[in-house]
Amino acid sequence: MIHDQARYTQGDNAHEPLLSEKDSTTIAIDPDADSQAKITTASPLPDELTRDELTLPALSEPELARHYTRLSQMNWSIDSGPYPLGSCTMKYNPKFTEDVAADPNAAIHPDRSAASAQGNLGLLYGLQEYLATIGGMDAVTLQPPAGAAGEFTGILVAKAYHEHHGNECSEVIIPASAHGTNFATAAMAGYDVVELPSDEGGRVDLEALKAAVSEETAALMLTNPNTVGLFERDIVEIAETVHDVGGLLYYDGANLNALLGRGRPGDMGFDIMHYNVHKTFATPHGGGGPGAGPVGVVDELADFLPRPRVRETDDGDFELFDPDHSIGKVHGFGGNWLVLIKAYAYIARLGDSGLSDASAKAVLNANYLAKQLEMEVPYGPFHHEFAATAGDRDAADVAKRMLDFGVHPPTTKWPEMVPEAMLTEPTEIESKRTLDELAEAFNTAYRGSDEELETAPSRTTASRIDQVSAARNPRLSWQALDSE
Amino acid sequence: MTRSNGSPFAPHTAADRRAMLDSVGVDTEADLFDIPETVAFDGEFAIPARSEQEIRAELRQQFARNQNLTEFLGRGHYSHYIPSIVGHLSDRAEYLTSYTQYQPEITQGFLQVLFEYQSMLVELTGLPVANCSMYDAATGLAEAALLADRVRQTSGETILVPEFLRTGKRSVLENYVAGAGLSVESYSMADGTVDTATLAETAGDSTVMIYVENPTVRGTIEEGLSEIGEIAADNEALFCLGSDLVALSLLQEPASVGADVVVGEADVLGLPTSYGMGLGIFATRETFLRQVPGRLVGVSEDADDRRAYTLTLQTREQHIRKERATSNICTNQAWVALRTAMHIASLGPDGLVELAADCVRDAADLAARIDALDGYQAPIYDRHHFREFVVRSDQPAKAVADALEADGFAVHVIDDHLLQLCVTETNRQFVDQLVAALQEAA
Repeated sequence: MIHDQARYTQGDNAHEPLLSEKDSTTIAIDPDADSQAKITTASPLPDELTRDELTLPALSEPELARHYTRLSQMNWSIDSGPYPLGSCTMKYNPKFTEDVAADPNAAIHPDRSAASAQGNLGLLYGLQEYLATIGGMDAVTLQPPAGAAGEFTGILVAKAYHEHHGNECSEVIIPASAHGTNFATAAMAGYDVVELPSDEGGRVDLEALKAAVSEETAALMLTNPNTVGLFERDIVEIAETVHDVGGLLYYDGANLNALLGRGRPGDMGFDIMHYNVHKTFATPHGGGGPGAGPVGVVDELADFLPRPRVRETDDGDFELFDPDHSIGKVHGFGGNWLVLIKAYAYIARLGDSGLSDASAKAVLNANYLAKQLEMEVPYGPFHHEFAATAGDRDAADVAKRMLDFGVHPPTTKWPEMVPEAMLTEPTEIESKRTLDELAEAFNTAYRGSDEELETAPSRTTASRIDQVSAARNPRLSWQALDSE
Repeated sequence: MTRSNGSPFAPHTAADRRAMLDSVGVDTEADLFDIPETVAFDGEFAIPARSEQEIRAELRQQFARNQNLTEFLGRGHYSHYIPSIVGHLSDRAEYLTSYTQYQPEITQGFLQVLFEYQSMLVELTGLPVANCSMYDAATGLAEAALLADRVRQTSGETILVPEFLRTGKRSVLENYVAGAGLSVESYSMADGTVDTATLAETAGDSTVMIYVENPTVRGTIEEGLSEIGEIAADNEALFCLGSDLVALSLLQEPASVGADVVVGEADVLGLPTSYGMGLGIFATRETFLRQVPGRLVGVSEDADDRRAYTLTLQTREQHIRKERATSNICTNQAWVALRTAMHIASLGPDGLVELAADCVRDAADLAARIDALDGYQAPIYDRHHFREFVVRSDQPAKAVADALEADGFAVHVIDDHLLQLCVTETNRQFVDQLVAALQEAA
């Protein structure tokens, strides 16, 4: 398939003009003598408490409707075509979940009394219960607003637990192949990071883990299946190794879509986990967010979760309560409410059989797609995602070439254990026909001449973008462009 | 298409599934799972699958359990009227269902929107660098403190915050800075705003950052910002100012009073009341560019020499720098930022400033009406106010709030005899009834 993306071009060197190039209007609030402002507002405040002027675009609704419609046409999305970014779980986002989240009765202020907010509290409670059973956890908080915020919450819970028990530990162990957020999270919480090498098969090196654990070990953060799609077969022994020194086992939920209904982190010995609801439970990624990163824990850690939590009373009402040793808060209010509603609706739509089927089809799709590729896949058996290697081709170039074929390329050059990696996760939403088209895009790009690869893409709104000059000469606002 | 037993969003026909299994060389999907039996799960969550129609009915019923109250609530989460264009255009699937712009050539549209959002924040704060979102105001403040810690020239360990601050915001801050060995201390306030004389005494060598809100959480407009900026500078501490995008359009420009970082609620525009969901502002000086947390969109050129946008300075971020990243943030609030930019664009500068001016006028008008009632004093601080203000009631505040709730109104109780009320264009039309209910409850 060939895809020509929309391209509005203004003059020789720009696409759709910036709002500021369409209009720039200055309002004077507290004008000084040489102000150029055409409009002056009647300020209700003394001059010394206000700014002098404000300059922004003043455009009509039809002009804005065209601006934002044109920009949307210059953007790829899951509704445009396949988006097999490894570790990102780009699923279709069911439309009806937008409608349920837009219910005006749910649009209430977070400081409402519990008695007047029973509807929202009930939804939160229901989602807590769903997530607990899906993860095999005992207690869940919905407060963290993203996966990384969930990690941070989980590690703070681990830290509070250790401090409560007088354990003086200073290290968090993380496999080299883990998501960058794991390392950054552990460091933010004040821990030293101990990086764990993989074994030859691509999994946790059990001997290396045994050598790494000590009384200093606060936790091991593990993604399972890992970032090349392999299930950590030694998980029971891994858990024992960490638990034996008093450490906790943390589950990074990024790859939970592979396990739905087949395995639960709680049953594998994990003590803490986060869920990426924008991945596993199909809430829209929104161009980078918002997501939500609920955290589940085993009973022993429930008292440390963020405050407040929701529970059901004997007479079927819902109330808020503060866990005894709560770490406090990780979001100003209760997190990304609208996202949580959508996650609940998605889980309810699938139910037991749908959840199990989602992981079955996600794993089938990954395996089928890999089978159609001319690239090698060094590690297996993989589950919902696999890391193909572009070998002597540059994975980033292959990806750029794929953009011309009506598909989004996979995650490239990561994880580093696979040279020129193309980490691919088609998810369960793609049909055989789409996977065949996707495979053709992979193979055509992979076989392409050096020139084809280096000059790609040619059918997207922008041709190859110079990343180096963007970083060398940062221009981060229209004001910065104006002052050039 | 009906599929009785499976995900409605997995499109496989029986024939396709068979062909795919054959291609892979297995009988069934179960053969592809490499999960030891000891930890395998039988798939029984006891979650019944429901139809779209059933779920919509179930949740409609669920949310109807919320009482239908007219809210006069604020304190960090506000309600402004959102023009219809914002919902319609932001819901376009090309925006809503896209991912982070790691392939900028095919995501120019969203990148341009985020670049425009950053530019609007630059205009409103006067600071030259704004990122394209934090989760909310609280996490933005916490990230500001971590930035202050990274760039500080002194050996300090204290973050100073106002005595009046949402406890949740302070708790988030404490959680974020604990790992860096910093602690959070309060400075006192006088008549609802910063007591600058006391602040000058409280601040010292150990101060890493001074945080001030304008307007404050109690709605007062700060009058000593320049002086606070000087106190921060004298102590080589960063000056972090918390505000919101509507207030910033009218109140003193942060850069003009010496602010080093601006944080706060960007969600006042673009997001409806949504149970506390937010969008955090983060803007700072050029000097700190390489210490900024979160994603930044910059301008570059493509191979045809046309202007193009791309995520930039990514070596600050966790996916490259790992434990040495400026923050662990990855997923952010990009789609909310898109809505906020659309809302600002539809208001234009005149609409935005007028909205802010109404926030001052409406609060003053309502406070005056309540002050005229027996049994209430409002506002209790002799300051200008923005959107909200504190009321002293002769009756216990809780009793008044309960009586109001029975009459269909929600207000804040912030102390034994202190209520707080917030008024905007979304509840202004109910002011007469509120005043009548207050009179009744006096």
